[in-house]
Amino acid sequence: MQTKVENNKAWFLVMPVFLIVAFSAIIPLMTVVNYSVQDIFDPYTRYFVGTEWFKQVMLDSRLHEALLRQFIYSFTILAIEVPLGICVALMMPTKGRGASLALILVAIPLLIPWNVVGTIWQIFGRADIGLFGAFMAEIGVDYNYASNTTDAWLTVILMDVWHWTPLVALLCYSGLRAIPEVYYQAARIDQASRWAVFRHIQLPKLTNVLIIGVLLRFMDSFMIYTEPFVLTGGGPGSSTTFLSQSLVQQAIGQFDIGPAAAFSLVYFLIILLVCWVFYTTIMNMQKDK
Amino acid sequence: MSLTLQNVSRVVDGETWINEVNLSLEPGSFNVLLGRTLSGKTTLMRLMAGLDRPSKGKILMNGVDVTGVPVRDRNISMVYQQFINYPNLTVYENIASPLRLAKMSDSEIDRRVRETAEMLRIDPFLDRLPLQLSGGQQQRTAMARALVKDSQIILFDEPLVNLDYKLREELRQELRALFKARNCIAVYATTEPNEALALGGNTAVLHEGRLLQMGPTSQVYHQPKDIITAEMFSEPPINVVPGHVSNDEVTFDDTVHFRLNNDLRSLSPGNYQFGVRASHIGLVPHSDDDLELPVRVDLAEISGSETFLHVHNPHFDLVLHLSGVHEYQVDQNIKVYFPTHKLYAFDAQGQMVHSPARMREQ
Amino acid sequence: MAEITLNALAHSYADHPSKPEDYAIREMSHVWEQGGAFALLGPSGCGKSTLLNIISGLLKPSNGEVLFDGKRVNELKPEERNIAQVFQFPVVYDTMTVYDNLAFPLRNIGVPEHKVKSKVHEVAEILELSDQLKRKAKGLSADQKQKVSMGRGLVRDDVSAILFDEPLTVIDPQLKWKLRRKLKQIHEQFNITMVYVTHDQLEASTFADKIAVMYNGQIVQFGTPRELFEKPAHTFVGYFIGSPGMNFFEAQLDEQITFGEHVITTSDDMLARLKSMGSKKVTIGIRPEFVHVWDGKNDDAYQVEVDYVEDLGTYKILSFFFNGQLMKARLSEDQQVPSGQIYVSFPEQWTKVYVDEYLVDTDSLTLHSQTKDAQEAHNAN
Repeated sequence: MQTKVENNKAWFLVMPVFLIVAFSAIIPLMTVVNYSVQDIFDPYTRYFVGTEWFKQVMLDSRLHEALLRQFIYSFTILAIEVPLGICVALMMPTKGRGASLALILVAIPLLIPWNVVGTIWQIFGRADIGLFGAFMAEIGVDYNYASNTTDAWLTVILMDVWHWTPLVALLCYSGLRAIPEVYYQAARIDQASRWAVFRHIQLPKLTNVLIIGVLLRFMDSFMIYTEPFVLTGGGPGSSTTFLSQSLVQQAIGQFDIGPAAAFSLVYFLIILLVCWVFYTTIMNMQKDK
Repeated sequence: MSLTLQNVSRVVDGETWINEVNLSLEPGSFNVLLGRTLSGKTTLMRLMAGLDRPSKGKILMNGVDVTGVPVRDRNISMVYQQFINYPNLTVYENIASPLRLAKMSDSEIDRRVRETAEMLRIDPFLDRLPLQLSGGQQQRTAMARALVKDSQIILFDEPLVNLDYKLREELRQELRALFKARNCIAVYATTEPNEALALGGNTAVLHEGRLLQMGPTSQVYHQPKDIITAEMFSEPPINVVPGHVSNDEVTFDDTVHFRLNNDLRSLSPGNYQFGVRASHIGLVPHSDDDLELPVRVDLAEISGSETFLHVHNPHFDLVLHLSGVHEYQVDQNIKVYFPTHKLYAFDAQGQMVHSPARMREQ
Repeated sequence: MAEITLNALAHSYADHPSKPEDYAIREMSHVWEQGGAFALLGPSGCGKSTLLNIISGLLKPSNGEVLFDGKRVNELKPEERNIAQVFQFPVVYDTMTVYDNLAFPLRNIGVPEHKVKSKVHEVAEILELSDQLKRKAKGLSADQKQKVSMGRGLVRDDVSAILFDEPLTVIDPQLKWKLRRKLKQIHEQFNITMVYVTHDQLEASTFADKIAVMYNGQIVQFGTPRELFEKPAHTFVGYFIGSPGMNFFEAQLDEQITFGEHVITTSDDMLARLKSMGSKKVTIGIRPEFVHVWDGKNDDAYQVEVDYVEDLGTYKILSFFFNGQLMKARLSEDQQVPSGQIYVSFPEQWTKVYVDEYLVDTDSLTLHSQTKDAQEAHNAN
């Protein structure tokens, strides 16, 4: 609105926000930018290296592999969690005590800390004492997530699906609850099939919560660290070493602060870019409707 | 307490929602804002309340500029279309809430709450929660909350839309009686001409963000300044027939002629739109200069006491509002009588240039 | 196409209803002929929406049965009853075009696409939606959306009835006139049974051939708009139909009917009947439209005191005190506006007498059968 400022009180009110943003985002980010263009030997000896670290990072084949792994991982879990979450939401009861019970049951995995989730699955999958592992052994499947790459992937994905599908389901559940009853009544009268009801009433009303769900799950899974670290430690070999873990290996394991900083920035830009592409595509699709 | 809007506009995202409105509301007046959906009624009320700031223009209260003053610092109440009450508070506490904020003494609060509740006939329900009441009682509670604190301005945004027709009739009457005794400004938005007429007071006609006309309700009804006001402020919609005036006669669509009567003599030759109210066309002539018009029946809508007869001739459609029951078959040929002395005439710009003599006296 | 029969129908939301108040719909039997236009009229909470949902099959009645063309449909789901319903808030499939919306019910039952096309175009033509067919339904105005939801019913050849649940609530007054007119034309053209639920007496009376006025879960009168207006069978009908409603006052019955010092003139038949009923108290009802206001002094009329006059555009409402009772009379636009002491009279033909809220009718010797049923239900309270 084009109205003139009458006093400066408002500035004091927004100051805290500026300060919080400065401390929580801008200053750390600038520190990382600073590191990414220097070679640091010790706190007093550092050289300006320009884009050296960035070149190195972009050409590093280990990172290429981790990035590829990361994309496969994120898209796989999205492809499973989104449809599964919708299905779970559709099956949840809507009235009475069953509804509250279902809500609590579905929400439980979300309440467990990341490292505990990793531990749970680490034990769960062991062939000697774990329920899942022992069961696999019982039916004669040679399952070992510590030595077999496929098994390791399978377990990591299962774990993520178990942990995070509830989030998508809860989002969809709230979206479904917001659809007025008359829409279902009209559809019944129009003799619409269950699929038509889903396709033309439920899905269109779910698009907004699904956008949020997919964005959240993408960003979260793209930065996944704790659970695979606890479960497989990134192995066997480096088969389940995702981006954040390989970043940590570089920064802390090898103390290559400069390349790690450059890596962080590239990492950050990738997430930003993918989210932006994703968001604009969906928004354009919405507009066409 | 008077409220004045000077050249007030509101532009949102490049779209003009309110366009150069000038309006002056007197203390103790009851004012109806009449307009279609999206005509800007709610936007204008929000500007009056101080919920939004005008992009241009000034708002004065008692002559003092209050343009930038937020709603909290103005003494204003608002009643909405939805029944908005605190669901967890009893009816008593709902009504008391504005007084509690004003830090009034308990005895004074009690006195006022009971007095207002009695006025709105919700005193038997003071201990109940709003959701245990019927829709009418919920809206009465919301109204009581607006009335209890002696606001200088009370804004009603289509408050009766979600109520039964019969309840609306009753609440309208009560509202009118309530405000007779008060010295505050009441503003009441509605889409319905009949509601404006039943509420009386003043009516301001709003169309596409512009104020078309403001005046005593009955005057705006009988003397609409332009064709949009006339169309908006009549139910059933006023009949509009294009016509031509020559030196000594009036022609409708090249086919129907009648001699220029004394009433219409002031019109200079040219093209006009003639408006005639549905209730003024008859099945029998009421006066010697009524024009006989052969028409064909489209539909007869019969309520128990009245008939709305939709008819047409090759050039235009007409609606007749007749008292009593008149049954006609579709496509039946009949004659109707067009009152040539009860015509409104609008020029090419849609401005009213002539109204029936009898209406001018009112 | 169907004739709808309600046979000893009653419904309660309670698990074990014991008293009449537990019933949202109290026992009723009615036959609604094929091709008729019917309205269910009443205030909110009177049971009209419950009744509509029972007819459409969204709700199963706890007692009695619903028959379509003589066949019991209690057990049939809404989709098996071949009905169409238009709701208060427009229901359209947002992501589909208008064309796809109209085609939806046909495609659901596997109608071949060329038939869908001709049917959709035919219905769109009637509803004046032809140039909107390619638009997304989301962008339509409220009245167009209502037309689309009506169209989804009209495309089906087998539709037995169209049910309307307050379809004009969200429509602006000027458009209401157009849409109402369209509805009426469609009714005449298609000859489909239509049931229209509303609280607005004008909508009900202009739409329907016959109106069921509902009050406390009962149909207190079922008749043409004219019957409801001229001969309200129950005081509630008198109050609810007409704007303003009927004037009522409590009078004393002795040798004559008296109200204060005034004698209310009625026929000898009426007096005889009233005396046989044994009640001392009667309620007199007269419509504002039928109160005769005299221009000058008249010895046969009552002298009353004018309170105020409102100008409602096409007519005026005169409020006056009759023996301390506030009453209303409707004056035409051109009528002289009286003031002070004036003279009014109540034509005998339009002066109705009520005992225990029900009309005492001297035209027929017994009460209307439905009135009697309702009377019994009433007495049972």
